Parts: sequence; C-alpha cells; structure tokens
Amino acid sequence: MTASTMTAQPVRDTSLRPVPWRRMAWVTWRQHRAALAGVAALLGALAAYLVITGLRMHHAYAAVTACHPAGSLACSNATSDFEHAYWPTAEAIAALLQAVPALIGAFAAAPVLARELETGTFRYAWTQGFGRTRWTLAKLVPLAVTVAAAAGAFSVLFSWYFGPFFAQGQQTPLAPTVFDLRGVAFAAWTLAAFAIGALAGTLIRRVVPAIAATLAAWAGLALAAGLFLRQHYLAPLVTHHPSVPGSAWVLSQWYTGRNGKPLSQAAISQMLRGYHPASQQIGPNTFHSTVDPVGYLTQHGATYWMSYQPASRFWPFQWIEGGGLLALSLLLIAATVWLVRRRAA
Amino acid sequence: MNVIEAKSLGKRYGGTWALHECTLAIPAGRVTALVGPNGAGKTTLLNLAVGLAEPTAGGVTVLGGRPAGSPAALDGVAFVAQDAPLYKNLSAADMLHLTRNLNRRFDQGYAQARLGELGIPLKRKAGKLSGGQQAQLALTLALARRPRLLVLDEPLANLDPLARHDFMASVMTAMAADGVSVVLSSHVLAELERVANYLVLISRGRVQLAGEVNDLLARHRLLPEWQSRRISLEELTMAYLREPAAAARPGPARSWDAEPMEVPR
Repeated sequence: MTASTMTAQPVRDTSLRPVPWRRMAWVTWRQHRAALAGVAALLGALAAYLVITGLRMHHAYAAVTACHPAGSLACSNATSDFEHAYWPTAEAIAALLQAVPALIGAFAAAPVLARELETGTFRYAWTQGFGRTRWTLAKLVPLAVTVAAAAGAFSVLFSWYFGPFFAQGQQTPLAPTVFDLRGVAFAAWTLAAFAIGALAGTLIRRVVPAIAATLAAWAGLALAAGLFLRQHYLAPLVTHHPSVPGSAWVLSQWYTGRNGKPLSQAAISQMLRGYHPASQQIGPNTFHSTVDPVGYLTQHGATYWMSYQPASRFWPFQWIEGGGLLALSLLLIAATVWLVRRRAA
Repeated sequence: MNVIEAKSLGKRYGGTWALHECTLAIPAGRVTALVGPNGAGKTTLLNLAVGLAEPTAGGVTVLGGRPAGSPAALDGVAFVAQDAPLYKNLSAADMLHLTRNLNRRFDQGYAQARLGELGIPLKRKAGKLSGGQQAQLALTLALARRPRLLVLDEPLANLDPLARHDFMASVMTAMAADGVSVVLSSHVLAELERVANYLVLISRGRVQLAGEVNDLLARHRLLPEWQSRRISLEELTMAYLREPAAAARPGPARSWDAEPMEVPR
C-alpha cells in the first residue's frame, strides 16, 4: 500500500455520516419497554384510584358548596362532616404519592446503565457504530422526558382530586405534603429521581445497590427540600397580626415582651396561668372561646409574631423548585454521560 | 495498512501497569493470535484497540490511522468481548435488529442465513442458547456488520472442543470470503496453530514477541541438533513464556544455553 492511500483513507472515512439518531428509537423502546410499562402501570393504577374516589369526593363537595344559607349551623356541620369523611384518605394518598418519583428513578432509571455494566453488555453496546456517547443520550433523554411528562400529567389529575381542600381555604398549597405533588414540581422531582438513578447506576455499576442508592439519595434530597430549603426560596413575611389566612404556610411563631425581646416558653407559660377561657359548645365538634390565648397574651403586653409564606407564592415557588430540579437533573445527566465517556472497560 | 498500530501504549489501573510501553504494528489480511498468560494484558490491549478503554500513555490507531474509539474506527471494527455478552432477554432476531439499528451497515440476509445454517432459532432468547450458540450468535452479529477488522477476546475460553472447532471454522470462512482481518486473543494454543499466521506474544504487560508465524518458526529450532526439526507454535510460545526476560522482537535478544532453543541463521 502506498503512502498516499494510507493518508487518504482516514479522511474519506471520517466524512462518513453517523448512524441516524432515529435508529436508536427502536433500541431504546425494545430494551426499556418493560420499565416504561411498569411506570405506566403504577401511574395508571394510582390515576384510576384518584378518578374513582375523586369523583365521589367531588360529588360530596358539590353538596357542601350548594348548602344554603352559607354560614348556618347545618352548613358548617356539612363542611366538617365532609372533611372528616375525606381528609384522612386524601392525606394518606398524598403521603403515598411522595414515593412515586423515587420508585420511578430507582426501578426505571437506575438499571438503564447499571445492568449494562453489571452483565458486561456495555462491551457490546459501546463498540457498535452508533458510539457510546450518543447511545447514552439516545437512551436517557427520551426515557427521562417520557417519565417526566407522565408524572406531569398525573400531577394535573392530583390537583383536580385535591382541589376541594384548597377551595376550603384551610389547607395551604405550600404544605410539604402536597406542594411537590402539584404544578411543575411533581414532574421535576420525577426527572430529578430519574437523573439520580442514571448516575447512581453508572457510578455503582450494579443494579440492586444502585436502586438502594437512588432511593436513599432521593429521600435525602426530598427531605432537605421539604424541611429546610423550600421555606427560604423567598424571604418569609413577618406579621404581628394573628389572623393570616388559613392558606398561608406558617413557618414560625413567637412572642416579644414589652421590651421587644422574644419571650421564652417559660415566660409565656407564666403569663398563661391567669388564662381561663370561657368556652361554649356550638355544634357537636366546634368550640368557641370568648378570648383565645393569643388575644389573652396580647392584652397582657406580649406581642405576637409570625413568619409565613402566603399562598400567593405557590407558583413562584413551583418555578423556583422546578427550575432548580431541572438544572440539577441536567447536571446529573451530563455527569452520567461524562462518566460513560471516560469509563474504562 | 496496519489494522492495529500502537506506539508506547500504556494502561495503568491504580498503581499497576496492565500494559506498558507497548509498540506494535499488526498488518492487514492476517489472522493474528494474541497470546500470553492470564493477566498478561491481552484484554487490556484489545479494549484499548476497540476504544473501550482510554490509554494512560501513548496511543493506538486502527485500520490505517483511525484513532481507536473514534466514529470511523467503531464503524470498521467489530468486537466480540470475552464470554460473548448478549442481552439475555432478547431473542436472536431482536439481537439482529438491535445490531442493525446501531450500525451503518448490517447484512441481515447473511446473518439470518448463517443462523439458519447453525441451527440457531431466531425466536429463542439469547439467554436460552448454549454457550457455543451464544458465541456463534455474537460472531454472526459482528460479521454481519461487514467489518474490516474483527477483534475477538478469548472467543474459545468457555467452548467445548467441538464448538471451538466450529467457531474457528466460521472465522476462517469469513476471513476467506470477505478478507476481514482478525485479531484474537487466546490461551488455547492448539486451536490457533492451524489458523494464525501472525503472532503477538504478550507477557507481564509487555510485548515479548511479534511477527509472521512462519518467520518466527523458521528462525527458531529445537536443540539438540541431531533431532533438529521445525518447532510448533505451541513450543515456541511455551519457551518464551518460561523466559519472560527474553524481550524479543523480532527474535530473542540473547542466546539460549539452558533452554532447548537457539537462534540460528
């Protein structure tokens, strides 16, 4: 072979067009359709349950709102009966749904790369003409978008289901138990769980430990967000007016004395010794006292303070959390691709 | 053209060099046997050549200068890893379809015909095939890509003697039909004797001997002189493996007093 043909060879070959992306569609579908079916079955079963119980609940709620005259004892009793009948179930469902993104991340995302690395099939997949970087992207991106879209659709259904409790004005939409199930947050949490699963699978290289690590990492992140981070997305409002709307998310309450210094719990207990509420029973479950303890303390020189996030911040908070989780997911997917690129056999 | 060309190639895992200062050029049109004891660095060298691993030092190109692992290299090189990894839950037909979708070229007709000849049912899941059938399926997938270089890592390790024979016969048929260059690693020397015409002997992470099999055999003779005869590939390899210090390319670097070999001519 002459020198000229040797130098000409690589130039001709590098100009070859790569394998088209669309060819990976069948590959991704064939290899992950079982996982996608699992996600569809999980969300489908939960959606069916929400529709069936939700229809019954909305029917009952329609009767409550139709009650006339509003504010009468009978109507107030109807409202409280409705809450007694449906709130415990709704609350339990919301708690259960918190785990859904984690399950999707652990069982649909973690095995995507971990199984290849565990069984050695990456040696087949990464030496095909498609190329391992594009192969990774062509698997992770469509799967992530699909599960996030499914979760987004599901969260619309959940918002409808849970609607009556927000209409009552007594439940804050910012509460940690429901905030991340509505708006864009549920899809964003599912996306983040998926990205965590993909990265864990690539790092750990074994399916079962990767699933466990995904669940642990997701739980840590979700707890951190719910307990510590979310309340600081925007600076909380502070008021000394004791009657903020019931839809506000109250973060903390405290009292200051005449000197403006915060009162200790002991000092408050001391002041409340003299508090003897004269209460009267109105309905079977409703008590009303002429002077509430907050009012009593205020009359005796203490000032009540409360920091809270108003319900009107629901959407700003949704976008902050959704945007943050989207950025995190992109970062984790990028890290996964980077690991795949440099992963030595 | 050289199908694999390595310059000062090195790969370190942790603190140990799996492959060190490896320089070699494997010419096209050969069946190259990459031999050496377990842990010598055979798999490392092949992984570097097919782009699964990145070199720690030096570089490796394939098919006349394509960087290992580049799109052009992946396009022309087919690799069957040790134990012929396949998706166990996919049928043979699905594996064909998968490979066709992952490559620019795929000869579906050839692949189906070959599986038919071998009696491998298309509907059977890969995990339910015998070891020999799995190896043959993996080889079929690789050959149907119409590669210019076929790299096989320990293809015979877990096969019974009959399956070994059939597998090598398949490789030789493809070689004769397509002119595909073949590089295969093995420690089953007897099977390579009949097929390999280029030998690379690797030991403790270094290339100890490399060259055309006929040249190597012609240059080495058994002692004592009175029973001088052409030695076998196996005997040659064994002699070098017993003496790892004999870093020898193209021939042994020192005379062999105690060993039953010498370097005449």
